[in-house]
Amino acid sequence: MISTEQLKYNYPGGPSLVFPDFRCESKDVILILGTSGVGKTTLLHLLGGILTTQQGSVNIGGTEINTLSGADLDKFRGKNIGIVFQQNHFVNALTVIENVMLAQSLAGNKTDRNKALALLNRLNIGNKANKGIRDLSQGEKQRVAIARAIINQPKLILADEPTSALDDINCDEVLLLLEEQAKQAGSALIIVTHDTRLKDKIEHRIILQ
Amino acid sequence: MNIVQIAWRNIISNPLNLLMSIILFGLGVGLISFLMLFNTQLKDKFDKNLAEIDLVVGAKGSPLQMILCNMYHIDNPTGNISIKNAAPLLNDAHPLIKKSIPLSLGDNFKTYRIVGTNHDIVDLYKGKLKEGTLWKNDFEVTIGKTVADATGLGLGDKFVSAHGFVEDDMAHDEHSFTVKGILDASGSVMDQLIFTNTETIWLVHEHNEKTDTKDINPAESISQHVKNESHQHDNSNKDLLHHTDQEITSVLIQYKNKTNFQALNFGRNINENTEMQAASPAIEINRLYSMMGVGTDALRILAILIAVVSALSIFISLFKSMRERKYELALLRVMGAGMLKVFALIIIEGLILAGIGFVIGSLMSHIGMEVIAKYLKADFRYSFTGWSWIREEWFILIVSLLLGFIASFIPAFQAAKTDINKTLSER
Repeated sequence: MISTEQLKYNYPGGPSLVFPDFRCESKDVILILGTSGVGKTTLLHLLGGILTTQQGSVNIGGTEINTLSGADLDKFRGKNIGIVFQQNHFVNALTVIENVMLAQSLAGNKTDRNKALALLNRLNIGNKANKGIRDLSQGEKQRVAIARAIINQPKLILADEPTSALDDINCDEVLLLLEEQAKQAGSALIIVTHDTRLKDKIEHRIILQ
Repeated sequence: MNIVQIAWRNIISNPLNLLMSIILFGLGVGLISFLMLFNTQLKDKFDKNLAEIDLVVGAKGSPLQMILCNMYHIDNPTGNISIKNAAPLLNDAHPLIKKSIPLSLGDNFKTYRIVGTNHDIVDLYKGKLKEGTLWKNDFEVTIGKTVADATGLGLGDKFVSAHGFVEDDMAHDEHSFTVKGILDASGSVMDQLIFTNTETIWLVHEHNEKTDTKDINPAESISQHVKNESHQHDNSNKDLLHHTDQEITSVLIQYKNKTNFQALNFGRNINENTEMQAASPAIEINRLYSMMGVGTDALRILAILIAVVSALSIFISLFKSMRERKYELALLRVMGAGMLKVFALIIIEGLILAGIGFVIGSLMSHIGMEVIAKYLKADFRYSFTGWSWIREEWFILIVSLLLGFIASFIPAFQAAKTDINKTLSER
């Protein structure tokens, strides 16, 4: 589903970051581990088409994303990639379910309230659907973020430090949910983290140095 | 969830910002639109009442006051002129004058002025009879539409006048007027006047002076005098010339040819060589405009200043909220919104703010106009209204939206070109 080839990135005046090649098929999970400053976020942004590749290529579902730019790239990202961040931001003026439906509409899909609600129910936050984002706890926010990332059944789900802000119980739960939902949606899941608690829980690991 | 909805939700999720932006913007728009409304209606009133009168001749004093009194019926008369002095002006054979209309003021009924004059005044203001007839005999009146509406007077009704121009209880109760006709609404000052013949005004005042001075010599009585005259009153200027010892307030004059060289000097000759004063309505009213102009200009500058400050406040509030929503906006990009969409989102927010501000400002100006109209009606009997729309308001709407666009352009541009990689990497 996703594969990288000779991916390198150079920040002006910074060290040159070289990333190992890897592949991740649909329903697979890869854990990318590394300490701060080794380029985890850079890699994630390269994979998500948030950062333009300088060298090497990223292929998602048969599309070389460095051939896309501007609005096409934004569209592609919206349709094919779901991203969960460590600290998730939402459109605070909208309700929980509206934030999920926003992801549908921005990806160019039809907004489907029932589908969004069903997903929220599956994530056990259906009762918060019409609440404001500010009324949610950290753990609940993370679930909404997961719902938002998978509502369009993307080819790839990227999770950037999805558990670092959570306690052990929530950490396990969120990881489980991510894996479950990614499988159900048929997406490839890549988790980028320095959270060593996840280390033994996922088989397929890439360690950045 | 389209971007207009998101923009709207963003705006109402920050009610304090919303309030400040639209109140400021509304104030600026309201003031400008009010000034336009007021000026338009005022000019309209003044212009309608110019009625192609070229010259007003009355007693010496302030020319502007004379114009305001005799053409607009706002101010008090500068005094009276004697028929003897005015005789040349009232002569039908005068080579320069097409029409001359004598006016005699002095009484009112419920603050509506009673004007002694001839029938030419109705043509001058292009008035039409709605019902009844024009005044003919002494103490017969024809009333304007506003008078009829406001006082409830109808055909055949009788009323007594009050002296001067304010309502008082010292009514001339010895004489009662009879309503013979009602004029159609003309939109001019005529609507609020009560017309009668000149002799009636004399009769009322002769009687009044007599009782005031306790002079009871019947030989001096004008009523007597008038009755003793052998001729019939026919409301003509010729008729007035028989009473050279009497006075009138003014004469409204229309020239045969406005550009005639002699006509141009006519007013000056009167001012230099007679005890009367002549003034051109157009010149005096322009003088009044330019005097008011200083005030309205100052207000307009203030209004523009407020509008600019309000645009600045929209700019600041959008810029601030754009900063605060940096992640949100980056997120929209991550979720598939193109730069153009993010740009449009902020622009739409600016336009909505300006739009609401315009609506509120317009409402304020029209309501304000309506409130002021009530006062003006009470003080001057001029009718203004807050419920008329002028074409310039479209112009204000366009400028408002333009201001909203300009105010939101920089924040929108900034938001659109924000580096989402950088924004999302910041922790």
